[in-house]
Amino acid sequence: MLFMRAVAGKRPKQASRGGVRLEAQRSAAAAAEPATQSMTIRPVRAADIAQVIALDEQVTGLAKPDYWQGLFQRYSRPSQTEQFFLVAVAPDGASETLLGFILGEVRAWEFGSAPCGWVFALSVRADQRLRGVGQVLLDAIAGKFRSSGVAKMRTMVARGNQLLMLFFRAGGMVSGPYMELEKDLR
Amino acid sequence: MKLQISSRLAIFAVLELLAHPDRQLPVGEIGAKYGVSNHHLAKVMNVLGRAGLVRSARGVGGGYQFCGNPRRTTLLDLIELFEQLGPGEREEGQLGEGTDEARALHRVLREIDDVARATLGSITIATLYKYLERHAAGAPHSAARAAAQEP
Repeated sequence: MLFMRAVAGKRPKQASRGGVRLEAQRSAAAAAEPATQSMTIRPVRAADIAQVIALDEQVTGLAKPDYWQGLFQRYSRPSQTEQFFLVAVAPDGASETLLGFILGEVRAWEFGSAPCGWVFALSVRADQRLRGVGQVLLDAIAGKFRSSGVAKMRTMVARGNQLLMLFFRAGGMVSGPYMELEKDLR
Repeated sequence: MKLQISSRLAIFAVLELLAHPDRQLPVGEIGAKYGVSNHHLAKVMNVLGRAGLVRSARGVGGGYQFCGNPRRTTLLDLIELFEQLGPGEREEGQLGEGTDEARALHRVLREIDDVARATLGSITIATLYKYLERHAAGAPHSAARAAAQEP
């Protein structure tokens, strides 16, 4: 698993027992406008990587240029037909602006699972959230998985990452048959 | 897991209101469908109103309307208006309190509770409405369908 970052907007104050205050939540999504009309989804290109690195740094607070260059090399090999690194871009004069990206690949027989598509990373620019970019990216990679012959798409989300959980749930994803287990080795 | 009647009723009532966004829905109409008294339902609606999730109009044609954000209101938000989920932070007052066995059991119950909370906190009322739309017979209201659209 690489990473997952929020694709929706900042979640307003949490509900608390005995009296929620959800007024802020009511208006959060209402002002959003779809960004998808002028958006293109396509495989990542070398020229996109600088923006991918910048977006990742913006979201995670950590610049990882070597890591992203390495992923680009691995995911963009012509022989690679079951790994997908897609970007959402919008025209910006003569060039394009990155709105978000998604990475995933078909994996087979791990954990006893029949081949399925795994979404490893998904990120959307903060000022583009709640505008449908994440959903379009997810739909696009689902289409790629489907074309690869798999009938199931999976991902893993930190239990505490409610925004991302809301996003995937809203996209129709539900709990799968596996349970992640871990052990402290210190 | 089992939810209290008020929690279930709150979820059902909000789903009903979402299905009729252009109407003020009387409690009697919702209550009749789920076989609960107007009195019980009114109490539930009152809690939802105080939470800013529904608003009411009095008089002829009066009733309730959902006024929250269906894409940001989770099942956990609704449920926690009426009950506290899980075994709680401590095992006070429980059989075996203070024993290693009770503490071990408590850790397991906490783990289950964490998963339940994460699940309920990840499903919005709009998402539940879409499940309903996908699986229920009959055509849902188009405006409600629009309200449940994804970002």
